[in-house]
Amino acid sequence: MAKKVKFLQGNEACVEGALMAGMKFYSGYPITPSTEIAELSAERLPQIGGKFIQMEDEIAGIAAAIGASLTGVKAMTATSGPGFSLKQENIGYAALAEIPLVIVNVQRGGPSTGLPTSPAQGDVMQAKWGTHGDHPVICLTPDSVRETFDLTVRAFNLAEKYRTPVILLTDEITGHMREKIEIPEQSEIEVYNRIKPEVGSDYKAYKVEEGDLVPKMAAFGEGFRYHVTGLMHDETGFPSNSTANADVLIKRLMAKIDDNLDDIIDYEEMFMEDAEYVIFAYGGTARTAKAVVKQLRNEGVKVGLFRPITIWPFPEARIKEIGANVKDILVTELNFGQLKLEVERSVGGKCPVRFYGKANGEIITPEELILSFREVL
Amino acid sequence: MNSPLVENYFRVDKFPHIWCPGCGHGIIMAAMGRAIETLGLDKDKVCIVSGIGCSSRAPGYMDFNTLHTTHGRALGFATGVKLANPELEVIVVAGDGDLSAIGGNHLIHAARRNINITTICFNNNIYGMTGGQYSPTTPTHEKGTTAPYGNIDRPFDITQLAGGAGATYTAKTTVYHANQMQKFIEAAIQHKGFSLVEAISICPTYYGRKNKKGSVVDMMNFLKDSFVDRKVAEKLPPEKLEGKFLMGEFVNKVEPEYTALYDGIIERLKK
Repeated sequence: MAKKVKFLQGNEACVEGALMAGMKFYSGYPITPSTEIAELSAERLPQIGGKFIQMEDEIAGIAAAIGASLTGVKAMTATSGPGFSLKQENIGYAALAEIPLVIVNVQRGGPSTGLPTSPAQGDVMQAKWGTHGDHPVICLTPDSVRETFDLTVRAFNLAEKYRTPVILLTDEITGHMREKIEIPEQSEIEVYNRIKPEVGSDYKAYKVEEGDLVPKMAAFGEGFRYHVTGLMHDETGFPSNSTANADVLIKRLMAKIDDNLDDIIDYEEMFMEDAEYVIFAYGGTARTAKAVVKQLRNEGVKVGLFRPITIWPFPEARIKEIGANVKDILVTELNFGQLKLEVERSVGGKCPVRFYGKANGEIITPEELILSFREVL
Repeated sequence: MNSPLVENYFRVDKFPHIWCPGCGHGIIMAAMGRAIETLGLDKDKVCIVSGIGCSSRAPGYMDFNTLHTTHGRALGFATGVKLANPELEVIVVAGDGDLSAIGGNHLIHAARRNINITTICFNNNIYGMTGGQYSPTTPTHEKGTTAPYGNIDRPFDITQLAGGAGATYTAKTTVYHANQMQKFIEAAIQHKGFSLVEAISICPTYYGRKNKKGSVVDMMNFLKDSFVDRKVAEKLPPEKLEGKFLMGEFVNKVEPEYTALYDGIIERLKK
């Protein structure tokens, strides 16, 4: 059978991926430049018996998605800049209450209302630290339309596997860019579904099996009648003020991610085998970096590209290795150096870490990036 | 010995509850339990959702699918639960501040959509959990810890607010009128659409003490003497209604319900 080839925006590919991953519920609030995700979800979900609802605000947009997830369906919400700020409290709720959920943030220029139709990558630290308190975070970032499709599927799978909110952090570049994309058959897509308790079993909502970190998740209405709260809770799910209990819970939540870095972390390397210099770039900006690296290679410069696909957890170990083996790392991103700090921290002084970025709503062009790179030569 | 009602519908191992002696909230929670028992609802198909505050701890004591969410957002979460699985009987428990201040936007829009959710507002006219600050229902001139010189805000009438926003069933009663409260909750649960029961509660610890309202018995007597059924009130001369508050059913009408309308779209697309 002929492959389904389409010419899609990143935002549209996100919805295609979500549907393939099993999304049955979308709730959100209109905001540029993410709105196409809501529009296409509104059209497609009822066609497959799923549900779409435009809520009264961003906060309700994520709240309804969490509620839906508790009934056993896969849920997503999407937003941009200011909306991502508004959703933060409930992202923390989903992390603590262990509710699988995908949150898409199509980054735009900030702070505040900023530059609503322009690209930025200023929310990478917010994706990790936006909600209060220590909490687990998984955050993925694509650099193409096809990868937006793939990472949306992956975001759902990771959310279900680790019972945690997963942030798909795209940007106005990848969100609105159109590319030819071959949509895989459903049978080619690996789909992970949350593990449910056996019907009739003695269920403790937050009890984990020996050696496991993720509790089984019953759906509301299936007969288990359990309690979900944003308070610290014990393995039964009911609130507990015990500091010893809180210690066990928060450490388990963090360990879900920290003990599974190999499964969660993904990155792309280009020309890294013999690289003496490295450009570190991600998301829409990685497209510029790829062009620059190819041009420099044509000139005989031994430069490679490192592109994190998983931003959080940060691919710290690999960056540390790279830092010990190269002369220089140039970090480029559409902000004033948010992940540059992470790269610096990871290389631990083994090599210089330079930076080229801006936050004025323009993309970084190959011409300016190559000029910045040449300063080291 | 617990009564069969308590044994069957409450999580007795979670008692004692957190509420202060004399708090009215237990009366409302009990009325909810009796209403659910009387209606014979399947416990596995009932979902009780709350936000943050004294009243929002009620779901933890009730033996259903229970969801204790973030401050003000119970109706947002509940909307997701109900739309994703309309078979569930979704009941929201919310305090006056939770429902009409931080959650006010969700209240008016849930009412506007006419989604089949029953909301029980535990209205004690104060923020109790945080220690007695004035709320959107604290009467003008009354005191709270953040209104030491008297409240200059005008209070909301939550029942009228919900009705104005499109709720298709609204009723107001008090913790003195516990039997009437049960009947209203039963009617609200059975109603197909957005329903709200405003249960006027008492907070002797903060509101009562701060405003010199006397003992718990005095506060209950105030509810008994001050609330008049709206139908009875229609026949009373104006002088007899001075200083009185109206209670009873205010709205009870049939309008298309949100999840049914959405299912209609799904059915239409199948053809």
